[in-house]
Amino acid sequence: MMQDMLLDVQDLVVHFQVYGGYLRVLDGVQLRVRRQEKVGLVGETGCGKTTTMKTVMGILPQPPGVIKGGKILFQGKDVLSMRPHELENLRRRGISMIFQDPTAALNPVFTVGEQLKDAIRYALGRRDHGSLKEVALSALQAVALPDPSRILESYPIQLSGGMRQRVCIALALACPKELLIADEPGTSLDVTIQDQILRLINRLAEERKMAVILISHSLGVIRGWTERVYVMYAGTIVEEAKTSELFSRPLHPYTKALMGCVPKLTGEGIAEGIPGRIPDYFDPPSGCRFHPRCAYRMEVCQLEKPRLFEVESEHRVACFLFGRKKDE
Amino acid sequence: MRRTKIGRWWYKFSQNPLSVAGLVIVILVVFCAVFASWVAPYPEHAGPYVNYNEANHPPSLSHPFGTDVFGRDVLSRVIFAFRSSLLMGVVVLAMVVPVGVTLGLLAGYFKESWIDILIMRITDIFLSVPPLILALAITSVLKPNLTNAMIAVSVMWWPWYTRLVYGMATSLRNEYFVQSAELIGASKFHILFREILPNCVSTILTKMTLDMGWVILIGAALSFVGLGEQPPKPALGTMVADGAKYLPEYWWISVFPGLAIMLIVLGFNLLGDGIGDLFSLEEA
Amino acid sequence: MNFFRYLVRRLGYSVFVLLGLSIVVFIIARLVPGDPARAALGPRATQEAVEALRAKLHLDKPLYIQYFFWLKSVFRGDFGESLYTRRPVIEDISEFLPATLELALFAGFFMALFGLLLGVLSARYANTWVDNLVRIFAYLGIATPAFVVAIILILLFGMYYEVFPTIGRLSPGVSVPPRLTGLLTLDSLFTGNWVAFFDALKHLFLPALSLSLGGLFQEARITRSSMLENAKRDFVAAARAYGVPERVVVAKYLFKPSVIPTVSILGLDFASLIGNAFLVELLFNWPGLSRYGINVMLRKDIEAIVAVVMVLGVVFTVVNIVVDLIVAYLDPRIRLVERGE
Repeated sequence: MMQDMLLDVQDLVVHFQVYGGYLRVLDGVQLRVRRQEKVGLVGETGCGKTTTMKTVMGILPQPPGVIKGGKILFQGKDVLSMRPHELENLRRRGISMIFQDPTAALNPVFTVGEQLKDAIRYALGRRDHGSLKEVALSALQAVALPDPSRILESYPIQLSGGMRQRVCIALALACPKELLIADEPGTSLDVTIQDQILRLINRLAEERKMAVILISHSLGVIRGWTERVYVMYAGTIVEEAKTSELFSRPLHPYTKALMGCVPKLTGEGIAEGIPGRIPDYFDPPSGCRFHPRCAYRMEVCQLEKPRLFEVESEHRVACFLFGRKKDE
Repeated sequence: MRRTKIGRWWYKFSQNPLSVAGLVIVILVVFCAVFASWVAPYPEHAGPYVNYNEANHPPSLSHPFGTDVFGRDVLSRVIFAFRSSLLMGVVVLAMVVPVGVTLGLLAGYFKESWIDILIMRITDIFLSVPPLILALAITSVLKPNLTNAMIAVSVMWWPWYTRLVYGMATSLRNEYFVQSAELIGASKFHILFREILPNCVSTILTKMTLDMGWVILIGAALSFVGLGEQPPKPALGTMVADGAKYLPEYWWISVFPGLAIMLIVLGFNLLGDGIGDLFSLEEA
Repeated sequence: MNFFRYLVRRLGYSVFVLLGLSIVVFIIARLVPGDPARAALGPRATQEAVEALRAKLHLDKPLYIQYFFWLKSVFRGDFGESLYTRRPVIEDISEFLPATLELALFAGFFMALFGLLLGVLSARYANTWVDNLVRIFAYLGIATPAFVVAIILILLFGMYYEVFPTIGRLSPGVSVPPRLTGLLTLDSLFTGNWVAFFDALKHLFLPALSLSLGGLFQEARITRSSMLENAKRDFVAAARAYGVPERVVVAKYLFKPSVIPTVSILGLDFASLIGNAFLVELLFNWPGLSRYGINVMLRKDIEAIVAVVMVLGVVFTVVNIVVDLIVAYLDPRIRLVERGE
């Protein structure tokens, strides 16, 4: 249903200007998220996940980024044609993001309290010191941080990695939002803490009726915490399916290879890597960007880029094995 | 193999026209200094030459930089003055770099030991006074001539290299390749000079190039006060000081040597920046 | 709490370094060939008089004992007597030091303020003509010694276009304010002497400009690259992502971390300010420590040279501590992390 669509990214093309030309980073990304839906975005490091999300939020630095085409519809309005104050509104009430590296995302020269208060002040339009502090404290409590008033007075350098991650979540969710983008949450932390963080995000999403885009390079994380998944490779979406469906019936050669990379706990066989390397964005492969590494490569794969062909309801694959160009 | 490497370096270096300009300037200055007797139009003016008929002439075709109070051609003297400037730079760095770098390596590698504390405290002491003041004080205590000026500048210059290398050595000593060398039982000499030092070379080289300019600048400041190369041998700072008495009428006596100082320092700065870029932009 | 500890540690360390400096300077001073007593009394004095003075100055005792006596008198404020002016060095210094301080402080302020301003402008208009102009001036400015800049300024603004005075601190005929701090600007301000105040400012302008020009543009470049670097960092993008308005993002979240490198450099730049003040003062006939200092150095007035170096060492150390404190205030990482972590 069009009405249900909270976020609708259509054919997003983004290039980066570099010395001597362009890096064609995003090559027609398609992505949709419904209200309160938990969507996963999985792919190798460098495939364009963060770039896509930064563009969605309008915080992609341009230059060197250049948006060459596409639409990003949030609640029906195109983010790419929004004016500055509309974008500010979008970030205050619409979408929020938890950055990949919590240490890098926190300004080192301001206290947590100062940064929190600013996040709240402009989103809620509160002015007085007292209520700002209240909201800040409750934001910290919501992410299960002990001794919130001490944390308010602390600088990021004084906190542990796990605490910084929670502070980032608190910052993102200090005020109500419709959609939360979580970029590899807890990746830099140890596995048990990462699990706690994911649990926390999930609980907050349910409590506040938020949609979530969970970005990860780990299939395990995706499997445990999402309802629907997008698989991304080299700046394109190659497969889209319900999570359970993706893991039981992966269709795209890349997805299948990814699954094969994960060693099985049962110890059968050795995990295989994927031959070849991720493409050079400066001079990417023609047609389907995966074709040089694909075991099922055909003539047409080199000549044309495959659309996302609908194989079943809610399961689409960008591969000529599953459709031809004139097919509908 | 070696040819291609230098070819690659030159390609990268030449990407920035400013760096190339710096290189050109430096080569020009060095050339003039070495071949001064042939380049200067009136080489004898660099010595004890006096001709009051020619004194204080403004810049003209025969004397592009004019003449000074003694009738000497300013351009020729400037060219000859390059010699003492460059000599100071070369000699000071030749003395300072080995000493400063070695001390920095020792202090950095043996961090937290008495060697570290001793060396770095002494470094701090020498760095607690503005550099020019220390150089002036030391030179004044000794007889004023070029050699003593070089000694004075060296005495207050070495701490910069020690500090620079100290910082690098303290972080490098924790790297795996150093620890493996230790485990194999390599000698301290080997670790310091064959493992750690090569990783510092690019930074040191950059600093040395930039320092040529700074040392020459300080040398000019010293000779400005009369504490460097003594007359009648020409020195850029001295020429500026001498000409300062005759402002504004005979402005060329001061201004051209001053601009020459600026040119030399600029050249070494641009060259040094270019070398620094070369090493930092290693990735294609 | 941590701030105070940091301050105490810095102070203690500085005292230690200054003591070390005094030893070094003392040794260097004693390296001078010749007999200081003889030099003080002149060639016509009798041998007995010279011997008497030698005993009085403890010149016959070993070096370390001489040092102790010297240190003792320094703590009493006695730096000995100058051969040149024939009066206690401490008097000479207190007469001339404020002039140099006023000049150096003014120049330092100028340098920091305009350096920051130009840097922010360069960052804002990066790669446009504004930026490139600043870059050209930076290269030229750093390469030109302060005394050459002084000469050019004197030529341009003192002689061709007589806008600014080029000699001394006050014009003849202007009433000199009473000596409260020794800094003419402050003294005239405190006593409400507006004529003297503006006159002093006018006299300060050219010398301060010569001193600050090189450092000014360097500070601008550092600020510029610092701001451009930080603009790419995640914490700036994050501030935007939380809906903070752009002007606040730039003025607060980008600006504060970016000025830290600039302020750190100020300490070093102040060193070159003090050093170059020596030479600039000569050209502008500024009655500061330099004219005195150069003269005592040329005359090998040992006691005075030692005193001048020590005093400047102290001034420089104090400025460094102040700069370090400011940096520690701006950047919590400095004061909260133990040294060597």
